[in-house]
Amino acid sequence: MLRLDGLRITLGDFSLAADMEIPHPGITAIIGPSGGGKSTLLAAIGGFLTPDTGHVFWNGSNITTLPPGDRPMTTLFQDNNLFPHLTIAQNVGLGISPALRLSVTDRDLIASVIDRVGLTGLADRKPAQLSGGQQSRVALARALARNKPVVLLDEPFSALGPGLRNEMLDLVAETLGGTVLMVTHDPADALRIAQNAVLISGGTARPPTDTKTLISDPPPELRDYLGKTP
Amino acid sequence: MAERARPLGPAVPLGWAAAGFVASLTLGTLLAVIWRAEVPARLAPADWAAIRFTVLQASLSAVISVALAIPVARALARRRFPGRGALITLLGAPFLLPVIVAILGLLAVFGRAGILNTALTALNLPPISIYGLHGVVLAHVFFNLPLAVRLILQGWLAIPAERFRLAASLNMGPAEIRRFLETPMLRATLPGALMVIFLICLTSFAIALTLGGGPRATTIELAIYQAFSFEFDLGRAALLAGIQFTLTGIAALVAFRIARPSDFGTGMDRVMDRWDAKTPVTRAIDTIWIALAALFLLVPLIMIAANGIAGLTILPSAVGWAALRSILVALTSVTVTLALALPLAMAVTSLRPRGSSRLLEGCGYLSIAASPLVLGTGLFVLLFPIANPATLALPVTACVNALMTLPFAIRILVPAVAEVEDRHGRLADSLGMSGTARLRWLLWPRLRRPIGFAAGLSAALSMGDLGVIALFADADQATLPLQVFRLMSAYRMEEAAGAALLLLILSLALFWAFDRGGRANAAA
Amino acid sequence: MRPFLIAAGLLAGTSASADAPVLTVYTYDSFIAEWGPGPAIETAFEETCACDLKFVAAGDGAALLARIRLEGERSEADILLGLDTNLTAAAIESGLFAPHNQSVPDLDLPVPWDDTTFLPYDWGYFAFIHDTTLLPDPPTDFRSLADSDTTIIIQDPRSSTPGLGLLMWVKAAHGDDAPAIWQDLADNIVTVTPGWSEAYGLFLEGEADMVLSYTTSPAYHLIAEEDDTKAAAPFAEGHYLQVEVAGKLANSDQPELAEAFLAFMLTDGFQSVIPTTNWMYPARTPEAGLPEGFSTLIQPETALLIPSDQAARTRDEALTEWQNALAR
Repeated sequence: MLRLDGLRITLGDFSLAADMEIPHPGITAIIGPSGGGKSTLLAAIGGFLTPDTGHVFWNGSNITTLPPGDRPMTTLFQDNNLFPHLTIAQNVGLGISPALRLSVTDRDLIASVIDRVGLTGLADRKPAQLSGGQQSRVALARALARNKPVVLLDEPFSALGPGLRNEMLDLVAETLGGTVLMVTHDPADALRIAQNAVLISGGTARPPTDTKTLISDPPPELRDYLGKTP
Repeated sequence: MAERARPLGPAVPLGWAAAGFVASLTLGTLLAVIWRAEVPARLAPADWAAIRFTVLQASLSAVISVALAIPVARALARRRFPGRGALITLLGAPFLLPVIVAILGLLAVFGRAGILNTALTALNLPPISIYGLHGVVLAHVFFNLPLAVRLILQGWLAIPAERFRLAASLNMGPAEIRRFLETPMLRATLPGALMVIFLICLTSFAIALTLGGGPRATTIELAIYQAFSFEFDLGRAALLAGIQFTLTGIAALVAFRIARPSDFGTGMDRVMDRWDAKTPVTRAIDTIWIALAALFLLVPLIMIAANGIAGLTILPSAVGWAALRSILVALTSVTVTLALALPLAMAVTSLRPRGSSRLLEGCGYLSIAASPLVLGTGLFVLLFPIANPATLALPVTACVNALMTLPFAIRILVPAVAEVEDRHGRLADSLGMSGTARLRWLLWPRLRRPIGFAAGLSAALSMGDLGVIALFADADQATLPLQVFRLMSAYRMEEAAGAALLLLILSLALFWAFDRGGRANAAA
Repeated sequence: MRPFLIAAGLLAGTSASADAPVLTVYTYDSFIAEWGPGPAIETAFEETCACDLKFVAAGDGAALLARIRLEGERSEADILLGLDTNLTAAAIESGLFAPHNQSVPDLDLPVPWDDTTFLPYDWGYFAFIHDTTLLPDPPTDFRSLADSDTTIIIQDPRSSTPGLGLLMWVKAAHGDDAPAIWQDLADNIVTVTPGWSEAYGLFLEGEADMVLSYTTSPAYHLIAEEDDTKAAAPFAEGHYLQVEVAGKLANSDQPELAEAFLAFMLTDGFQSVIPTTNWMYPARTPEAGLPEGFSTLIQPETALLIPSDQAARTRDEALTEWQNALAR
């Protein structure tokens, strides 16, 4: 289980505090107004930012200072998820071995995850030859191949149209086990696949609560964001 | 304050090792000369004159090169015409030429019996003389205008196309565009360009003396030569070299204070759509500037080719061997340059924005201020107790040439590495790609173009540089530039011209091959 | 693997054969070029000595002495070949050279030779060279040159042996009037080049009417190019002499071989190579005489030479005068 213990992150004037446990397994959404620090929180968990104080624990062991690649987690970014100069198979393969030293079993695994995300036959293409939706699937395939207990989604599907986006969210829910932490600016995304949600506002991340309850009976700061009058 | 975490990996110790290597070869050799000098040194009054003249000619050369480069770069940035890419490549050729070859090329145009004076005489006009301060500046502009154009062109192309679209939609004219878009860009780009050219001209020796017209045109580098060779006053040579370093340091500090470093990149293929520049007048102005620059830079090259073609067929076999040796030296020096520049660039990027990043980058630029003579002498002093310098002549030449081209390679690679890291660094971190895996699967493929360009530049500069070989070489080890020189000192001017043409062709061919190699199959 | 070995060989230089004793001769760069005197002399000497003669090049005469001083007593050099009489006093003062121990044969030098450390191997007169078709009536002395519109290219005395030679020439011929001569020459000087090669190259490109070189220069054009348009202008004051010398290093590990080389230096095997490779007069005219073209060269009536023990002082004085006169 992922635990954030007295975490505080300061970036210039901005600061964010978080203290919570994330349910495992399960999908947890991170919602809140833009600029509130959703991606910052994810970056601190993923190891791209070192917090000023506090710790990140995974199953009781302190991982606060581990480099990103050594953490039991994998991140899907908003953009630049693929290396444009490598093929789909290579891009997925990097999830297994960062030096692309792949065994026969590894190659079989790559082929099977590419199949699972519905890209059969496209393994030797370069990213530029795929559509936006297909590129998202490659990133997801790599997350599957990495097989880490925690997956961090930093709005990786935000550039897709609503239909494609829902398709990808369903694929995430269907394929990824373990803990999934998903940043989104659209409550509908959260309602669609996340059992729990973390609300970030006013420089604080609140511990996860049930998504449906949170959105149907929003606290005032979320109400402003959702734009609904009570 | 939360720090942006970035796993530093082995690039940082390797980068520091490379910086240490550069520092020990530049500052270390200077110390070696001081140590060997024993007696404390004093400057002669003539040395002060040399310092003044050096600063004067370097400042003038830098200002005029950059001033002329602005309209040329603007014209190249906004005009599309067949052969534009080839022209930009060819315009770079003077920068790659050995000094004496370039001087003879310039004289064929501007000399007493050159094209220009022949034409003036035919028109009953008084001839002009190329000798004097203006001649030194003319030659330096010839060498450095292409570099200035490249630096400034890069600045122009770095202005996002959207800005010009926005400007067009707001109905801005050329004056407004200059004020809101171009002037800020130039303010950021020009100090860097001025500094680079100032530094290159600071160590000028043969140009300043040959075209300077007499002892008035004594540069620091000549004073170093005099102290070393004529008076065997090593202390004074080292002191003068130290002054040269100090001047460089001051110039670099001034430039860093007023500028952000501009890129010296490779993506010159783009042409801006400029809605404000579609009038016949701007079109005519641009055409004239491009034509003038092409004439100024290409005619001397054509004269070198014309003079050399007859000699090409009667070259002695020693020239062929020397050419082969030069190519090997160039290839070795490319390898060394990249082995230094890549870890340096990676370390500089990953240490940003810490102060140590700047220190590291500064080390990479040290060699631009080094006096080749002091560097060679210092190396000699250091190597002599351990090995016979003559057996090390070519490896040492390759290393020193690599060192001399390192500032250019760093200038090209640091922004390129930074851009790749910006875009793909996080993903690579999240996948745990570090060290060689990162180099092989991310940086190398993404950096093929800038690496190819840096390698080409390094190879060509190494081909043409006489460098320290003359200090070390024995009979069997002459490089091609040295062989050109030997032919000249045996009255064999025709063969020398042929060998010089061969040198020009090989330099350009090496540059082209590396540059192409970087472009071919360069991934999307 | 093979290409790699070839590359390594090219980079590392060739190594000498193992058994024969090696005689190392430091000399200036142009001496050892394929078309210079070096290769023929190497062959001729190795036929007589059962040794391996190895030339090492280091720039020009001044750089050569600097190199030896830099290396000091640990130098591998046995012989230093290529200084001229302007530098021999400084060389002897360094204490690095040993007496030549030779009974000097009759020399064909315009001056007597009594140096016990250095032996001459060739010599020449400095002179201004011109093209007779373009300048049929060249100046006849420094005064008329200074008063004329004739343009000249000279070399910098600080980086070039001929450049220094000219300084000594003016000083030897005009003594205390030298500064005045230089002041009047200033407007004749097109430019001052770092070395002889640049100056001569510029002259051949038509950059000036005359260039400072040697009276023997026209012989090259005559013999190698069959071109008789180049000539040296005789100057009434006389011409300054350059005598090129070689000496034995005190720390040589092959002292006998070194002396054998110095003796060989004044025989035909060495001397006959000099005229058409170094384009200078041999110190001892070979039995077969001089090549034909040499008879057409001007023969100065007065040979000027400042004795080597005074050369250093005169040099510094003359350099200051020269710099002051031309810096205006």
